[in-house]
Amino acid sequence: MNSPTFPAPVAPAAPARQRDGKAWLVTPALLFIVALFIYPFAYGLALSFRPMNGGSAWANYLTFFTDTSMWPTILVTLKLAVPATLINAGVSVPVAFALRRHSRYQKFVTTLLVIPVTLGTVLIADGMLTYFGPNGWFPQALHGLHLYTSEVRLTHNFWGVLISLIVSGFPFAFLLTLSYVTGIDPTLASAAATLGASPWQQFLRIYLPLLVPGLTMAACLSFVQAFSVFPSAVLLGAPAGPTRVMSIAAAEAAFESYDYSLASAIAMVMGFVQLLVVAAMLGARRLFYSGPATGGKG
Amino acid sequence: MTSEHRGAPASWSASPPSHPGDDAREPGKRAKQRASVPGRVWRVFVWGAMVFFLANVVLLIATVAVNSIATRWFGTLLPQGFTLHWYAQAWSDFQLASVLWVTVEVVGAVVLLSVLLGVPAAYALARVQFPGKRLAMLIFLLPLMVPPVTYGIPMATVMYKVGLAGTLSGVILANLVPALPFVILVMTPFIEQIDPNLEAAARIFGANTFRYFRYVLLPLLVPGMLAAALLVLVRTIGMFELTFFTAGPATQTLVVALYYAVFSTGVRAPQSIDAMAMIYMAITLIWVLIALQFVSPTQIVSRVKEQKH
Repeated sequence: MNSPTFPAPVAPAAPARQRDGKAWLVTPALLFIVALFIYPFAYGLALSFRPMNGGSAWANYLTFFTDTSMWPTILVTLKLAVPATLINAGVSVPVAFALRRHSRYQKFVTTLLVIPVTLGTVLIADGMLTYFGPNGWFPQALHGLHLYTSEVRLTHNFWGVLISLIVSGFPFAFLLTLSYVTGIDPTLASAAATLGASPWQQFLRIYLPLLVPGLTMAACLSFVQAFSVFPSAVLLGAPAGPTRVMSIAAAEAAFESYDYSLASAIAMVMGFVQLLVVAAMLGARRLFYSGPATGGKG
Repeated sequence: MTSEHRGAPASWSASPPSHPGDDAREPGKRAKQRASVPGRVWRVFVWGAMVFFLANVVLLIATVAVNSIATRWFGTLLPQGFTLHWYAQAWSDFQLASVLWVTVEVVGAVVLLSVLLGVPAAYALARVQFPGKRLAMLIFLLPLMVPPVTYGIPMATVMYKVGLAGTLSGVILANLVPALPFVILVMTPFIEQIDPNLEAAARIFGANTFRYFRYVLLPLLVPGMLAAALLVLVRTIGMFELTFFTAGPATQTLVVALYYAVFSTGVRAPQSIDAMAMIYMAITLIWVLIALQFVSPTQIVSRVKEQKH
C-alpha cells in the first residue's frame, strides 16, 4: 500500500474536531469505575479519619506508624515486590526477544506459560507446599543430585513467597512483553541492519525505545500483582513474622477485629506507596516515543 | 533478519536480508551461521533458564496431580498406591456443584461486561482528543495501580452498607473493577497502532460509519478483543482477593473455596484438597485451550501486520 497522498483534512494529524461524538463512547466505562472504585475509595479515605475508638482524626495513622506489628509491613512488602518485579520484567525482555518470531517454540512456550497465569496464586501455593516442601520432589532432586545436602527450606518463609510471586508473575510479564515485542515491525530492524547496525545496536536503538511503553505497562502490572500479595504470603510464608505483608495487616484489622476504620487507613498507606512507585514508572515512560510500531508501510 | 542473541556485540558486517520469508522459516539455521561465542553463551543461558523454569512449573503441577490420586505419599518418589476415591470425597466435602455454578456465572458475566464496556472506551481514548481525556485515562489506570486489597477493603465496607456484599451481583461488580480497565489498557495501544488512514481510505471509497465499523474496524479489532477477553478470563478465574472480601458462604468461587481448603489443611486430607485443585485446574485449562484455538496471547498486536502478507 502506498503512503496516502491526500492533503491535511483527513490526515491523522488533525482528527479531533469532526469526530467529537466518539468521545462519548468512554462514558459507560467511566461511570462504572467512578461508582465502584472512586466512590468506595473516597468513602474509605473519609472512614480512615474517623477512628473506631474515637481520638483525633490521625489516630489510625499514628497507630500504624508507631505499632511495631504495623509499620514494618511496608518494608516487608517492598522487599518482596521489588525483587519480584525486577526479575519478572527484566527476564521477560531477553526471553521475549529470543522468541519474538513465530515458531513452534514460541507457541509451545507461551502455551505452557499461560498455565501458571491461569491457575493463580492459590493453586500455585497449594502445589508449592508439596513440591518444595520437606518431602517434595524439589528437595528430593537436590539431595539426589548432591547439589545441596542440608535441609531445604523453601516453604513457610520469605523464599516461598518470592518463588510463588515469580512462578505466577513471570509468565504474566512475559506474555505482555512478548505481545509488545512481536508488535514491533521487524523491517525496522532490517533497515537498521542494512545501515550497518549490529544486533546489539538494533536492540538498543530500535527495539528498546519502541518497547518502553509496553515494558512500562508490564512492569506496572507486575508490581501491582506482587505488591498485593496476599494468599501466598498467608499459605506459603510466615504470616506472623517474616512475610507479614501489608495486606495481611489490613485484612486482619478488617475481618478479624472488624476495625474497618484502621483497615481503611492501612489500605490508604498501601495505595500511597503503590502510587509513588507506579507514578515514577509512568513518568519515565513519557520521555519515550509512543507512536505506531508497525513502520511506515502500514 | 536479526540473529537471536541480543546480548552479542557480533562483528559480522550487515547483509541486506533479501528473503525475509526464508528467514522466518529457518531462524535457527541462519542464526547459527552468524552466532559469535558470547552470542551462543547468551542463547544457551536464556534457554537454560527458560527450560529450568518450565520444568519446575510442570513438576509443580504434576505434584498436585499425583497427590490427588495417591493413597499414601511420604518422602518417596511416587506414592504407595493410586486411587480415584479423593475426587468423590472432594466433590461432597467442598460442595463443588454449587461452587462451580457460581464460578461460571461470575466469570462469564465479568468477561462479557468488561469487553462490552471496555472496547468502546479504548477506541475513544486511542482516537479522539476530548477535554478531560487525561483525567479519564488516570481514572482507568487507578484500579490497576492500586492493589486489589487496597480498594477491596473499602469496597467491601461500602457493599456491606448497601447490602451487595455476599450476593452474586456484588461479586460480579467487584471483579469488574480491575477487569474493565485491564481491557481498556490492553485495547488502547492495540487500537492506536491500527493505521488511522484505513478510516480515511474507507471513507474515500464511500463507506459510512456502520460499514467502516463492520468491514474495516471490527475485523481488525477481533484479535485484540479475543486476547483481552482471554486475559480477563484468566485474571478473573485467578482473582482471589476481591471475591474473598465480597463473597458470602453461598457465593464463593472455586479459587476462594480452594483457599479456605488449603488454609485449613489438617481438617481435610491433603489428597482431597489436591483433588479439588485438579478440578479447578482442569476447568481453567480447558478454557485456556479453547481460547488458544482463536488467538494466542502473543498475537495481540502482530495479527494486523500478518494479514498483509
